Amino acid sequence: MDKLLVSPNPHIHTAVSTRSLMRDVVIALLPATVVSIVFYGLSMLLVTAVSVVSCVLLEYLITRFLLKKPSTICDWSASVTGLLLALNLPSTTPWWVVFIGAVVAIGVAKMTFGGLGQNVFNPAIAGRVFLLISFPTYMTDWKAPQGLFGADAVTGATPLGLIKEGLLQGQTVTGIMAENGFSYGQMLFANVGGTAGEISAIALLAGFVYLLVRRVIRPHITLSIWATVAVVSLIFWLCAPERFTDPLFNLLTGGMILGSCFMATDYVTSPMSVKGGVIFGVGIGFITMMIRYFGSYPEGMSFAILIMNAVVPLLNMWFHQKKYGRD
Amino acid sequence: MAKITFSIGGVHPCDSKISRDCAIEVLPLPKTVYISMAQHLGAPAKPVVAVGDKVKAGQVIAEPGGFISAFVHSSVSGTVKSIAPRKDLAGNYMTHVEIEVEGDEWAEGIDLGDNLVTQIPEDRAFILDRIKSAGVVGLGGATFPTHVKLNPAPGSVAECLIINGAECEPYLTSDFRIMLERTKEIIVGAALMQKVLGGCRCVIGIEENKPEAISAMRKALSELGYANIEVLPLMKKYPQGGEKQLIDAVMHRQVKSGALPISEGAVVQNVATALAVYEAVQKNKPLVTNTLTVTGNCLPVEKQHNYLFRIGMPLSYIAEQAGGVPQEAAKIVSGGPMMGKAIANLDACTVKGSSSILYLSDESTRRKAESACIRCGKCAEACPMGLEPFLLRRLALAGKLDELEQNAVQDCIECGCCLYSCPAYIPLLDIIRQAKVQVMGVIRARAAAAKAAAEAAKAAAAEKK
Repeated sequence: MDKLLVSPNPHIHTAVSTRSLMRDVVIALLPATVVSIVFYGLSMLLVTAVSVVSCVLLEYLITRFLLKKPSTICDWSASVTGLLLALNLPSTTPWWVVFIGAVVAIGVAKMTFGGLGQNVFNPAIAGRVFLLISFPTYMTDWKAPQGLFGADAVTGATPLGLIKEGLLQGQTVTGIMAENGFSYGQMLFANVGGTAGEISAIALLAGFVYLLVRRVIRPHITLSIWATVAVVSLIFWLCAPERFTDPLFNLLTGGMILGSCFMATDYVTSPMSVKGGVIFGVGIGFITMMIRYFGSYPEGMSFAILIMNAVVPLLNMWFHQKKYGRD
Repeated sequence: MAKITFSIGGVHPCDSKISRDCAIEVLPLPKTVYISMAQHLGAPAKPVVAVGDKVKAGQVIAEPGGFISAFVHSSVSGTVKSIAPRKDLAGNYMTHVEIEVEGDEWAEGIDLGDNLVTQIPEDRAFILDRIKSAGVVGLGGATFPTHVKLNPAPGSVAECLIINGAECEPYLTSDFRIMLERTKEIIVGAALMQKVLGGCRCVIGIEENKPEAISAMRKALSELGYANIEVLPLMKKYPQGGEKQLIDAVMHRQVKSGALPISEGAVVQNVATALAVYEAVQKNKPLVTNTLTVTGNCLPVEKQHNYLFRIGMPLSYIAEQAGGVPQEAAKIVSGGPMMGKAIANLDACTVKGSSSILYLSDESTRRKAESACIRCGKCAEACPMGLEPFLLRRLALAGKLDELEQNAVQDCIECGCCLYSCPAYIPLLDIIRQAKVQVMGVIRARAAAAKAAAEAAKAAAAEKK
């Protein structure tokens, strides 16, 4: 003890850091990633690897050589974006399409706004939506993949995609459901056609519970999305069950769990206050259902989140938390 | 588990009460003590002794320097060697009275016996006068003169006296020890203050991590049989011992921004203050001793202590008595790790409100490099005043004083929860504290200008007549 440290209070700090938070998100995404690789096989492993490696590499190159700042890859946030992007893609996506997605996610949606903490739109969703619009054939190509350890993944389109198509051809929802043999058990545990992140609701929910237990996120945004989706679809379904899908179906399909648990709850692009977060969630739920029922895309979660991301600065301005001793 | 706690924010640091089982030991007298004239909130006291004077322990050596100020007494007997500026623990110069210790002779009329005096005097003014002339100040941290707080402005009524035994700061155990060892004295002190306030309800709030103190207090209460005093176990959460938070927890009321606790009928006093009140009123003993914890995460348990110290003992003397400063100590803090002050000068002396010497290791206390705000909102979640530190920081960096005021930066209690909980290590409180000073200045200047304008208008109206 030659020299004493002197600084203002507080003199201790919580063990939680940006790095530990982001690492927790990576851990929470692992079950879903593992399940998707088991079901979709080596092609999914390739998609995941390309996505994560290119996100991290792009962030490193941009911070070091374009912005000439210290690299920020050690905070794990680029890895989170990479994993989320991979979970948003079909296993059959060619590697160069995945790379373009990473360029849009990290290069455009994140770094042009100033990097971590500054982006308005969720990078992974921005990447996915860019690919969805630019490469619709690759993004809806649900070929029969070769699963690992003899796991059989379904072939064909996603449940929401089939329903949209079937409705256009004049079939009823119940008819389509019976024809394709969808069951809720199947949707909950695994094995529904779609992107990697849609394959197992249980694996995603396990990660969500982990984040809640570790107090990484609070549940209000996710719960308000689910509640809104349930209420809106219940109303439509009760009115016309042959035209509209039921609440449980909507909660379990189309990236609903992945989006509501991991993407809508992204710190940077969600409101700071609980009130703002609830409105944000209600907006996402409502817009998603409108797109699913009346839009031309079968899903809608990604668009809903992007649209509500744009509203976040306003929600932050309008809604504050309750202050002590003030009305 | 006690569920009672304040309703907004708060954090849960590890309580690290390592020295909780160390009984209070009396420190031997040093050769010299240096007694500061600024040991309380408000105007510094004015010395009334001269160099060369012989003083006894408990004798007045300085008088209040204003309405909000307090008497200062000699803590030892001996000769006044000098009255000169000396560095306090932050390195600021303040007038100190240096007294060379000779024997241990106490001023007349002070009862040094151990017998418990439970009879509460009937005369309110007598109790208040004893508290004032004993120089009692709030020992929970703010050192606000106790007689001022116990004598609310006419028209305001005290509904509840809250005795603060929360000791929510990690590491500190001096309040816990006195609650165990001086239980009955504290309760008599509480009853005395209750009497002064007109016999309102009295609640002793203790956090649940001190079950021994809760049961000791309850047992002593039933033995003493005072009316209308109760013990209330509280959930462990920082900053439970904050005045506004404790009022919220106990009374479910929130003090309006800028108002005093008495506006909601609340008076909050620390357990150590209650003990000082007991000694002042029942024993006629001025506030010249207090209890202090020597602890830290780089100090072995056997070297940890709870000491009864005389005010004016140098911190370095106490550290030596406890076995010296540990080699691993990177920072020494006076007070708790959340709100205490880092000591820049170990030769500084103890004051009435000293509560600890806390040694923190480099790893636990060194600030880490700041990174980008990830807008996680953890600072806002933690703020017990319901403020939004991330927003205040942004506004402060942009120099927007008006918006800072609208967002209530002046309500900040500087508890440190925001900086403690920020995962990006952003020095939120450092920036907010500076902004708060600026905004308070603006508010004061505006109030002064308004007052001047009103007076000018009044004078003009009088002239017209």
